[in-house]
Amino acid sequence: MWKWEYVEKILPKLLEAIPVAAGAALAGFALAVLLGLPIALARRSRNRWLSAPVAAAAEFVRSTPLLVQLFVLVFVLPQSFGIRLSPFWAGVLGLGIHYSTYLSEVYRSGIEAVPKGQWEAAIALNFGKWRTWSRIVLPQSVPPTLPVMGNYLITMFKETPTLSAITVVELLMTAKIAGSASFRYVEAFTLVGLIFLLLSYPSALLVRMLEKRLQRREGRIGSR
Amino acid sequence: MDGLHLELLPPLLKGFKTTLMLTALSIVAALAFAMLAGLARMSRRVWLRWPAAAYVEVFRGTSLLVQLFWIYFALPMLLDIQLSAMTAAVLALSLNYGAYGSEVVRSSISAVPKGQTEAAIALNMTPSQRLRLIILPQAWRMMLPGFGNLQIELLKGTSLVYLITLADVTYQAMMLRTYDLSSTAAIFVWLLVLYFAAACALTLLVRLAERRAAAGRS
Repeated sequence: MWKWEYVEKILPKLLEAIPVAAGAALAGFALAVLLGLPIALARRSRNRWLSAPVAAAAEFVRSTPLLVQLFVLVFVLPQSFGIRLSPFWAGVLGLGIHYSTYLSEVYRSGIEAVPKGQWEAAIALNFGKWRTWSRIVLPQSVPPTLPVMGNYLITMFKETPTLSAITVVELLMTAKIAGSASFRYVEAFTLVGLIFLLLSYPSALLVRMLEKRLQRREGRIGSR
Repeated sequence: MDGLHLELLPPLLKGFKTTLMLTALSIVAALAFAMLAGLARMSRRVWLRWPAAAYVEVFRGTSLLVQLFWIYFALPMLLDIQLSAMTAAVLALSLNYGAYGSEVVRSSISAVPKGQTEAAIALNMTPSQRLRLIILPQAWRMMLPGFGNLQIELLKGTSLVYLITLADVTYQAMMLRTYDLSSTAAIFVWLLVLYFAAACALTLLVRLAERRAAAGRS
């Protein structure tokens, strides 16, 4: 049923696919972090003509499957707009756009947690809009959200098997190719599951530790 | 009405029915898994707590798609059984989102004030009465927003069943595309609109449930 020799044969191939999956997750995460902030800021804008369309678009992207969005990137973009992307970069773009809508919510919660007195102090100090955001609001709103962002990075890493649907040869695709060559799916798919578990569980614990440390620091600042 | 490509709708709606059924079945099963695992993780008995914790960590620590492939391709080989794509899909979706849901159950139950449990004990209620009549009705209200978000995630997750060739709405869209490549854009626009409509309907249902659960409270 379970053949260790076969495991030895396919494990190196699977391990070689980790950088592809991790790379796609990291690049997608970077994009999501970059896009998330302007989305959050636009949704806060007092100008309805900016906030309403951005909010609607973000909700739409958030409520529809990543898989379908990936298909749009690889099938519709080249045909209707003449933009051709490699599967890997289409995957990064898809992951990045999809999760930027989640990260914009993370930014929003961080911004809303900044006490009102901080805004008032910035006004009292005659700070302009740019200085208020860059010196007062963002430096206080982003660090507390780091654990949540870390969790999204892990979530995105676990989402990378979806990229196999657009022929990115990540972990699951590698396992599928190996499995279909020998009709032994048990070892291949079990190993993929184990690799994900072994990589994501310790990362989740790390994020939990970071969260506790941040809470302790917050407690200290609060009691000062 | 040529620009709208309405002729695409009937085949898409056929698959959409499968998607909705899959979503509904999986939500019900996921709710059951979430409740069972959430309660088991809070139990004082180690033989309940540990397996539940292992279940939750394994399903939250791996990908939904990997679980779907494992259940559909590997599990039948291991146990020498036949699994239909629909059964495999419901199992994978409900086990996965049940694991996430159990955390919602756990945090909501812990958020019920301790005095409620103490009052129930003082009133000489049995542990099952305490849970059924005092704790769960109060925790349920707190679970609803979390469950609402998970429902949308589950709905989106159903699209992955296309990859085990279950004829859901995504599968139908891909089939339509092979017949008529020129209407690719229209097919995917309709597909996205259908998913968005289903997500809006689910959100509305949860809102209604929230309002009902909040009835008679400030």
